[in-house]
Amino acid sequence: MNNHKLNTLILLTLAFFATSCGGGSNENGEGETVAEATPAAPMTLEEAEKGWKTNKGVGPIKSVNLAAEIDQTLADAGMVIFEAKCSACHKVEKKFIGPSPKGIMEKRTPEWVMNMILNPEGMVAEDPIARQLLMKFSAPMANQSLTEDEARSVVEYFRTL
Amino acid sequence: MKLTKYLFAAALAGAALSFTSCDSSKKESKGALGGNLAERSFVAPGEHDEFYAFVSGGFSGQLSVYGLPSGRLFKVIPVFSVDGEKAYGFNEETKAMLNTSYGFVPWGDSHHPDISQTDGVLDGRWVFINENNTPRIARISLETFETVEIIEIPNTAGNHSSAYVTDNTEYVIAGTRFSVPVPQRDMPINEYKGNFKGALSFLKVDPESGEMDLSFQIMMPGFDYDKAHPGRGKSHGWFFYTTYNTEEAHTLLEVNASQNDKDFIAAINWKKIEEYVANGGGKMMPAKYAHNIYSDETHTATSTMKTEVLTVEPKDVPGAIYFLPTPKSPHGCDVDPSGEYIVGSGKLSANVTVHSFTKMLDAIENEKFAGEAYGIPILNFEDVLAGTVVQPGLGPLHTEFDGKGNAYTTFFISSEVVKWKLGTWEVIDRKPTYYSVGHLMIPGGNSRKPFGKYLVAMNKITKDRYLPTGPEVTQSAQLYDITGDKMELLLDFPTVGEPHYAAGIPADLVAPNSKKYFKLEDNKHPYATLNEKDVKVVRDGNTVHVYMTMIRSHFAPDNIEGIQEGDKVYFHVTNLEQDYDVPHGISMIGANTSELLIMPGQTETFVWNANNQGVWPFYCTDFCSALHQEMQGYVRVSPKGSDVPLKWSLDDE
Repeated sequence: MNNHKLNTLILLTLAFFATSCGGGSNENGEGETVAEATPAAPMTLEEAEKGWKTNKGVGPIKSVNLAAEIDQTLADAGMVIFEAKCSACHKVEKKFIGPSPKGIMEKRTPEWVMNMILNPEGMVAEDPIARQLLMKFSAPMANQSLTEDEARSVVEYFRTL
Repeated sequence: MKLTKYLFAAALAGAALSFTSCDSSKKESKGALGGNLAERSFVAPGEHDEFYAFVSGGFSGQLSVYGLPSGRLFKVIPVFSVDGEKAYGFNEETKAMLNTSYGFVPWGDSHHPDISQTDGVLDGRWVFINENNTPRIARISLETFETVEIIEIPNTAGNHSSAYVTDNTEYVIAGTRFSVPVPQRDMPINEYKGNFKGALSFLKVDPESGEMDLSFQIMMPGFDYDKAHPGRGKSHGWFFYTTYNTEEAHTLLEVNASQNDKDFIAAINWKKIEEYVANGGGKMMPAKYAHNIYSDETHTATSTMKTEVLTVEPKDVPGAIYFLPTPKSPHGCDVDPSGEYIVGSGKLSANVTVHSFTKMLDAIENEKFAGEAYGIPILNFEDVLAGTVVQPGLGPLHTEFDGKGNAYTTFFISSEVVKWKLGTWEVIDRKPTYYSVGHLMIPGGNSRKPFGKYLVAMNKITKDRYLPTGPEVTQSAQLYDITGDKMELLLDFPTVGEPHYAAGIPADLVAPNSKKYFKLEDNKHPYATLNEKDVKVVRDGNTVHVYMTMIRSHFAPDNIEGIQEGDKVYFHVTNLEQDYDVPHGISMIGANTSELLIMPGQTETFVWNANNQGVWPFYCTDFCSALHQEMQGYVRVSPKGSDVPLKWSLDDE
């Protein structure tokens, strides 16, 4: 077998290998395609908010039971967390970098609020309300690495506002 | 020709074999036509490397972090030199890291990184690295990948035989390459012989915190102590140092230090000296050396000047130190994973000399001495010799091990790596390097447990291997696959500075411990502002302290008035983010220092001199978010004595 023929064979084989070895990266490619294949349907914030009572958002929180009475101890703890981790962008008395939390519990489920705190990147990517809020406020919500318990206490604090 | 057959079969068989070609675990040598060389060092976008390589930056003074097998550069960790990117040595917090007994030194010459060990196995907690010029040892945390401690070594000049750790990181060591008068004094240079000393230093490492403490210095004869290696396993408790210039020449060493047919490897029983010192042995002498520690809680370094050091004279601890004659100015000093073989590479020798630890103990027990030097017994060369690798190449330097009974030695003059077998001393393979290879590194290759998959050769001269970049050529390393009988060159990759030595470790021993951000509640910086409502500006005479915060995408405050010409303004800036990968930067027009690059939860400080009245902007220097360009603010500077009140605001509140 002369070298020229060998080289041709090698090239052919390599080309084939290169194609067949693409399997690994194709998976990545497909993953990205899936994410890109969910374009936001054009809508307004008002339209997105219509279904808020059943919208629990996207993230680790699936179900939260709010007692009829506000747990003041929990709410106080939530206020401390809010002041420490959230107040650079959210003010109770005014719209600031982000919206005021005042009245939030009348238009969002507690699950939605907690998921927005705990999973802002996922919410902006997949939740219709979160997407519209980003368009309105421009600044993406920062993930401040709260624990689920801390996020729950912040919800209780929001109930007092 | 195996390759031909293989590819021929593959081409005919088609699909069935294409799967095999993707199997990276293949062991066969493919030779120069190996079609999958690129594949074997290729790490696909988004995939992670298998190993970290911590590569010394040499005269850049830093430590660079690469991935293996890709050779991708991840980060340059500032260690001994200032770094404007990370404000290392520029911000108020880290200036103390570069404090020495000579004052602030902005540069260093980093040489030998070594990773902390437990039971002789890499534990991935810290990297230690020595500085040659202003003798120091640094400790880098592998949680933060930041330099957390630097200690200066007194009575030492050219801290080259350093910074290697013992099996359980009991000690990290330093050693003088240039012997000097101890204590330093005015004396004629030509009275060197018999008067200069070579200090070998043992620094105790706290097993929990990692903090170093200079326990004792052994005052050896005035030779040059070049390289060192701890005993491993059976020889744990000993340390071995190569020496040259046993002639004690003080000029034209090129000739005058190459007279003796043999120099020495000094074998030091550090456990014996540790015991001697624990029982009150040794003599305290005055010394001045800085000990600098960086705290992850205060994000601040403190520098303490030490005033004394415990010294030990070899003659006072009989039975602790011996000399093993080793041919021709030995450079590399390497101990195999079992601890039995001590490899001394005489850099002017054609052979590689290997000593036996067992034979050394036997010779000591039977007091078979050939003589003594300054009271230190010299053993007979033949009594301690395990074997010789005969004429494997020219200019042997350094040896590492694969844990499978093989050793790999670099040859500077003949530019190659040679693989040889421990015990039989036969040469198994040789591969060229491009060119003039110095050190080599196998991950864990100087420990009891090498991860013998890759070998990295670090080259001193790399002309014609890359596109030219002016008179200064690209520094480089080369990656070899060492899983087969024959080594295979997989990849060339450029490096930072001179890639002097390196330490490699499996990524899964380090990556899971990597810190993602600093928790605000753990921030104990004295000038931290942990809540935006607490920001303030405080005047103290001509000094003004600005307590500032930053979060996507604003500073608080972003308007400051009432600064006056001649004020010295300290900006203490806290990043309130608590998410991975959201650092913010800050700098200001007219600042005579670098930017700050502040990690989430961290506080840093820069000084700005208000030299001219006007309104001066500051801004975020790290592209942090979609509204990064909006992250800016102003400082108003009024004439001296102006009645403009000191005030600060964000959104005019």
